[in-house]
Amino acid sequence: MIKRFLLALALLLPSVAFAAGYSGPLDRADHDLSDKASLQRGAQLYMNYCLACHSMQYQRYSRTFDDLDIPQELGEELLQFTNEPGGHKTSAIDGDASAEWFGLTPPDLTMVARVRGADFIYTYLRSFYADDSRPFGVNNDVFENVGMPHVLEELQGTPRRVEEQRMVDGEMKDVYVGIRADGNGTMSPEEFDQAMLDLTNFLVYTGEPMILERQRMGYFVIGFLIVFLILTILLKKEYWRDIK
Amino acid sequence: MSRIMNWIDERIPFSNSLKLHVTQYPAPKNFNFWYIMGSLALVVLVNQIVTGIWLTMNYNPSADGAFASIEYIMRDVDYGWLLRYMHSTGASAFFVVVYLHMFRGLMYGSYQRPRELLWIFGMLIFLVLMAEAFMGYLLPWGQMSFWGAQVIISLFGAIPFVGEDLTTWIRGDFVISGATLNRFFALHVIALPLVLVILVFLHLIALHEVGSNNPDGINIKKPKGSVPDDEKAPFEFHERYTAKKDIVDAIPFHPYYTVKDLVGLAGFLILFAWVIFFAPTMGGFFLEPPNFQAADPMKTPEHIAPVWYFTPFYAILRAIPDKLLGVIAMFLAIVFLFLMPWWDRCKVRSVRYRSTLHKVNLTVFVISFIALGYLGVKPATDVYTIMARIFTFLYFAFFIVMWFYSKNERTKPLPERVTK
Repeated sequence: MIKRFLLALALLLPSVAFAAGYSGPLDRADHDLSDKASLQRGAQLYMNYCLACHSMQYQRYSRTFDDLDIPQELGEELLQFTNEPGGHKTSAIDGDASAEWFGLTPPDLTMVARVRGADFIYTYLRSFYADDSRPFGVNNDVFENVGMPHVLEELQGTPRRVEEQRMVDGEMKDVYVGIRADGNGTMSPEEFDQAMLDLTNFLVYTGEPMILERQRMGYFVIGFLIVFLILTILLKKEYWRDIK
Repeated sequence: MSRIMNWIDERIPFSNSLKLHVTQYPAPKNFNFWYIMGSLALVVLVNQIVTGIWLTMNYNPSADGAFASIEYIMRDVDYGWLLRYMHSTGASAFFVVVYLHMFRGLMYGSYQRPRELLWIFGMLIFLVLMAEAFMGYLLPWGQMSFWGAQVIISLFGAIPFVGEDLTTWIRGDFVISGATLNRFFALHVIALPLVLVILVFLHLIALHEVGSNNPDGINIKKPKGSVPDDEKAPFEFHERYTAKKDIVDAIPFHPYYTVKDLVGLAGFLILFAWVIFFAPTMGGFFLEPPNFQAADPMKTPEHIAPVWYFTPFYAILRAIPDKLLGVIAMFLAIVFLFLMPWWDRCKVRSVRYRSTLHKVNLTVFVISFIALGYLGVKPATDVYTIMARIFTFLYFAFFIVMWFYSKNERTKPLPERVTK
């Protein structure tokens, strides 16, 4: 027990340190929460590729279907693989078992966008690359030695770090230019980027499902308060007319 | 209606209290922007209590359920997200208005004789408010809640001999645990709010006993018989105020300052609503990103920073190389503020009529406080640590230097009556 705990800790330490420590450039996730089609595609990706390991224990299926304009019956049939209708999105695998497989229990992702930000997620999802030294054969540019396998490889194809010969300070050097897939995936690079943007969009939504409602209400409240401010100014002027 | 009022007034002093403290309370007529902070603090206090009550209805104060119950409030409770954001934004807003309120006091010498007790009650409110905010921050049971509390409570461990036992006593456990969460919850929702409300009551009673200061820092209550009738303020004030004094340049609190404070309130609410509806995390300053992860005792966040309103004092703590001395310095930073009425030996209150030296001293103090606040959120690198030491020195120098120059300060002549 203690041995296993120490092993888990040892596996976990570098990943945690790097996860929090990455401060390099991130790609901008230009996502749109009002784009229901994008959110639906994102939900579909999440349910098919992520939920097996990553629970979304604070978000209910029924709420998701409502917010994303997915009919309940259709949602339950096509997207709900765990728990009862109206229940929370629990993962399919057992936490202890997954801790043994991956070194730690895959974290719940309900609010991952609030912890790390949309840009990080969007970049992270597109930054896996083949690395034979890792247990699952992949590593990640923005999350070094990540414990997660590249579950989206069938979509993206095998991603590889590409280096090109370029002139640097008067010398030809191998320069890292980015990650490119081998072309053995079912999506083109553009389609994959869009899919990851949809998934990011969905995760931003689940982090705070009331964002749009909150902002809509905000315009009304502030509009009202501005009228209230004008009235109070007039009232104050009226009362203070005689004070010199 | 008047029969009902008579019936009540024969039993409790209702009309009289209303006159004494509201409709016939003489307030100087030259209050400026800085004088709205007190009533705003009261509004925020009410906001915290009301939203707090509703949050309590769905919050679960246990290590297993706390984090999930916050998300339950955010997602499943009708307008729960609004209550939660009003409460979390209210916490920061409280410190914003209280810091501005304290700055007003420093600027216009509102702590000077005879307002020493008024100032001390205010400082006690500030102290209780810090405890209240600190304990409230543990309740969401996020990563930063947990580790922030861990760091702050461990500070008590620096006290010689009893330190370690004291931290165990505070936590109710050897680590932060459900036991700590339970007691912090009890203190946050019952004990400290009760103390806070009592202190606010005492603060107001003390204020009305000595009367409000004003931006000129001069008395509006003159010796009885020294003011001709046509120069007295043309309003009816309560005889408690007029029996022994002639009052000039004053207006009744109601309706004049109630309508003026309403303008301030409307302006404040616009900013408050903007944060709630469009920036509830305020870029990670009001709600910190790591706190959207449930507390994990096995996983220390790389960078633990307290919420912004504690950072000036946190920076002082870190600036001192020794843990015990650091804790003492942080403690003294508050004690020195408490003693403000005795550091300042000048008879002139308002900064308007005081020496250039005093103006510079106060400005440097404000800059130091803000700089320390900034340094408190940053990691303690070498350069930042040196800067924190310089600003810590300047923070304390403010009080000590003032004690020396204020005795025989070269002040400007005071006006007879308040200025526009």
